[in-house]
Amino acid sequence: MMPTLTLLNKKQRALIVTILAIVFLMIVIVIGVVLDKESISTNLKHRNASPTFEHPFGTDWLGRDMFSRTFMGISLSIGVGLIGAFGSTLIATILGVISATMGKTADRIVSWLIDLFLSVPHLVTLILIAFTFGGGFKGIVIGIALTHWPSLARIIRAEVMQIRSAEFVQISRKMGKSSWWIATKHIFPHILPQILVGFMLLFPHAILHEAAVTFLGLGLSPHEPAIGIILSESMKYLSAGMWWLAFFPGLCLLFIVRTFDMLGENIRILMDINIDHK
Amino acid sequence: MPILEVENLSVSFKKYTRGFKQTKSTVITSLDVTVEAGEILAVVGASGSGKSLLAHAILGILPSNAITSGVIKYGGEELTPARQSVLSGKELALIPQSVNYLDPLMRVGSQVRTSVKKENAIAAQREVFQRYHLNAGVEKMYPFQLSGGMARRTLLATAMVSGARVIIADEPTPGLDSVVIVEALNHLKESAVNGCAVMLITHDIESALQVADRIAVFYAGTTVEISPVEHFNGNGEQLRHPYSKALWRALPQNDFIPIKGSQPRPSQLPSGCLFAPRCEMATPDCEQERPAMRNLRNGMVRCIHAT
Amino acid sequence: MQLRTQNIAFRYGKEPWLFKNVNFTVDPGEIVGLVGPSGYGKTTFCRILAGYEVPNKGSVTLNGRPIKSKRKGYHPVQLVFQHPEKAINPRWKMGKVLNEGWQPDQQLLDALGIEEEWLTRFPNELSGGELQRFCVARALGPDTRYLIADEMTTMLDAITQAQIWKAVLKIAEQREMGIIVVSHEVNLIQQLCHRVIEIDHLNT
Repeated sequence: MMPTLTLLNKKQRALIVTILAIVFLMIVIVIGVVLDKESISTNLKHRNASPTFEHPFGTDWLGRDMFSRTFMGISLSIGVGLIGAFGSTLIATILGVISATMGKTADRIVSWLIDLFLSVPHLVTLILIAFTFGGGFKGIVIGIALTHWPSLARIIRAEVMQIRSAEFVQISRKMGKSSWWIATKHIFPHILPQILVGFMLLFPHAILHEAAVTFLGLGLSPHEPAIGIILSESMKYLSAGMWWLAFFPGLCLLFIVRTFDMLGENIRILMDINIDHK
Repeated sequence: MPILEVENLSVSFKKYTRGFKQTKSTVITSLDVTVEAGEILAVVGASGSGKSLLAHAILGILPSNAITSGVIKYGGEELTPARQSVLSGKELALIPQSVNYLDPLMRVGSQVRTSVKKENAIAAQREVFQRYHLNAGVEKMYPFQLSGGMARRTLLATAMVSGARVIIADEPTPGLDSVVIVEALNHLKESAVNGCAVMLITHDIESALQVADRIAVFYAGTTVEISPVEHFNGNGEQLRHPYSKALWRALPQNDFIPIKGSQPRPSQLPSGCLFAPRCEMATPDCEQERPAMRNLRNGMVRCIHAT
Repeated sequence: MQLRTQNIAFRYGKEPWLFKNVNFTVDPGEIVGLVGPSGYGKTTFCRILAGYEVPNKGSVTLNGRPIKSKRKGYHPVQLVFQHPEKAINPRWKMGKVLNEGWQPDQQLLDALGIEEEWLTRFPNELSGGELQRFCVARALGPDTRYLIADEMTTMLDAITQAQIWKAVLKIAEQREMGIIVVSHEVNLIQQLCHRVIEIDHLNT
C-alpha cells in the first residue's frame, strides 16, 4: 500500500498554482501601473548606485530607479504580449477552423501558409513585419500577432478535423442538428481548452520576442521603459561592473515567462477530462 | 496442486469523480481463483467488471495509481513484484486484448524471437510460426502489415514460444469471425493439453463453453461462482449462484430473459452481498456482510443460500 | 414505408469495389439479420443505409422515395454503433446526451433500465452497458422508421444484452419499426430475426 503523502490531488494543486500565478501577475501589472513616473526621471545625484533599500534594483547612469523601470517594463511587456498573443490566437483559430471545415482548397492554402511561416524563424519575420509597420508599439504588436499563430493553427485544425469525424458528431447530424448547432454545442467546447492553453503558451513567446526585437533596436522606442531597451542599454555598462542593470530586469523577465508557462500547463490540467488518476 | 492461486485479491483506484473531488473505487473485491496445470479456467463476466485488471494484477502491470491487497501465489510461493518481473514473459505469459501490444517498429519475427529462452531462437520462432499457419514471409513484416487474424496469431505465437507454464488470454476473440475464433480457442486448448495452465478472460460465455474446463463467473469485481463447465447446461439447475443462473438464462440460445437492474458501480458497492439488490432469493441476512467463497458440489460459490 | 436499396455499389476512393449491385429490402416491423465474415463491408453497408456514406452507384429509398444524403432533419434510419464510448460526447452529462434528438418518455427509460441518477453523471462514470442503453434510447426517436444495430451488444454481457433487446423488440412491435441486426453471434441472430441474409449474397 502506498501512503498518501500529498494532501491535495493533482487537480486541486493545479487550481492553487493557477490562482497564485494569476495573483502574482496582477500584482506585477498593478505595481507597474501605479508606480510614479517621477522615479524614472533623471536624478543625477543618485547615478550608478548599486542596490540599496531605497533602490532595491539599483540605479542607472542617469540615476533612474531600476526597480521602477523594471516593473514598468514588465507591465508594458505583458501588455504587448497580451495584445499580440490575443491577435495570434484569433488568427490561429480562424485559420484552423477554415482549414478544417471549408474544403480541400482552403485547407491547402492555409497549410501552405503555416508551412511558409514555420519555415522562417519567428524573429526574422517579426523584425520584417515590425519594420514594415514603422516599428514602435504598433509595429511590434502587429508583428507578434502575425507571426505566432502557425503552430496553434495547426493544432486547432487537427482538433477540429478529429472532432468532426467523431462518431458522436456524425450521429448528431443524423439527429437532424444543424451545422451551427453542432459547431457551438459539440465542436467549440471541445477546442476551447486548446485555444486557452495555446493562448497562455503563446504569451511567453510573445514577451521574449518583443524583448529580443526591442533589444536589437527594432522594436519599442528608447523612451519607453521596455525590458528589451533596459537590457540593451545595460550592455554598455556591464563591463564597468554595473551588474544590477541587467541582472534584475533579466531575472524578472525570466520569472514572468516561467509564470505564464506554468499557467498554461496548469490550465491544461484543469480542463483535461481524461486525467482520471494520479 | 494449483500452479496459480489468487487469494482475497482487491484492487482499487483513485479517480476524479467531478470537479476536484477524488474518490477511491474498488474495482476488484476479495477475489479468489486458482488455475491448475493442464486446464483452462475461463473467467466470464460483463465488460468493465474488472476482469482485465485481474490479468494485469497477476503479471504486475497495473497502473501506478492502483492499490492492491491480497496474495497471488505461483507454484506455491508468493508472487512478489520482484518475482513478477523475473517470471513474466518467461513462465507467465499474457495474450493481450489489443494488437497495440506489438512493437510497431520491430519486425514480427524478431519480436517473437525475443521471448525465446532456448538457444536456437530462429528455429523456435519458425517452428511456432508454422504451427500457427503464419507463412515464412510474415516474419519479415511489421505489425501494421498484418491482418487482424494474423496479428492475433502472432500474439499467440509470442506467448507460446516462450514456453510459459501459465498463459493468461485477455479477451482474445472479440472482433474476429467464428472461424478464427475457433482456431484461436483450439490453440489455447492445445497448450493446456501440453501441460500449461490457461486462464481465459472473456465476456463471451459461448467461447468459454467451447474450451474451458472450469468457469469462474465474475460479477462486480469478484468471482461469485466457480463451476465445472458441464454444469452450464439445461436451465442452469446445476449452477450454484443466482447470478450465474440469470446469466445463463439470458443467453440468446436459452431463454433470452434478463433480470432487472445493472451491476453496481465500483464506487457504490452494496455493503453486503454484491448481488443482493438484484437477487430474488435475497433475505435480510444477505445485506449483513459479504459472503465468503465456499465449496459446494465440486465447485465454489459466494452465496449463503446456494445449495 | 419499405426500406430498399437499388443496385448500390460502394468503394473507398480508388480501392476495389467493396460491393456492387446490392438489392435489399426490409419491411416495416421486419427484423433482418446480416451475417458474414469481417471485412465484407457489413458496417459500410449499414452506414450507407443510415446516410453516413453515399453510395457510388444506386440509391436508398424509403417508401419508394430516395433518401437524400445531404438531407436536413432527423434521419428515418438510425444506426447504433458497437462502441458507445465513441458515440457519446465525453464532455456532456448523460441527461443532455439522452435528449439530444428527442425527449424519451419515462416508459422507455424504464424499459431500457436507465436510472434517474445516471442522468446527472458524465460518460466516464458509467460502464459500456449503461452507455449503450443511452445510445439506443437516443436512436429510438418518434421518427425512426428503421433501426440498425451494428454489433450493438457485442461488448456487453448476456443480461444487459437481453435487457436492451427486449426493450427494442417491444418498441419495434408497437411502432412497426424495422430492424437490421448485424452480429457474428449466430444464436443472437437466430433468436431475434425473421430473416437472415448471408453477406456473400449481398455481393452478387
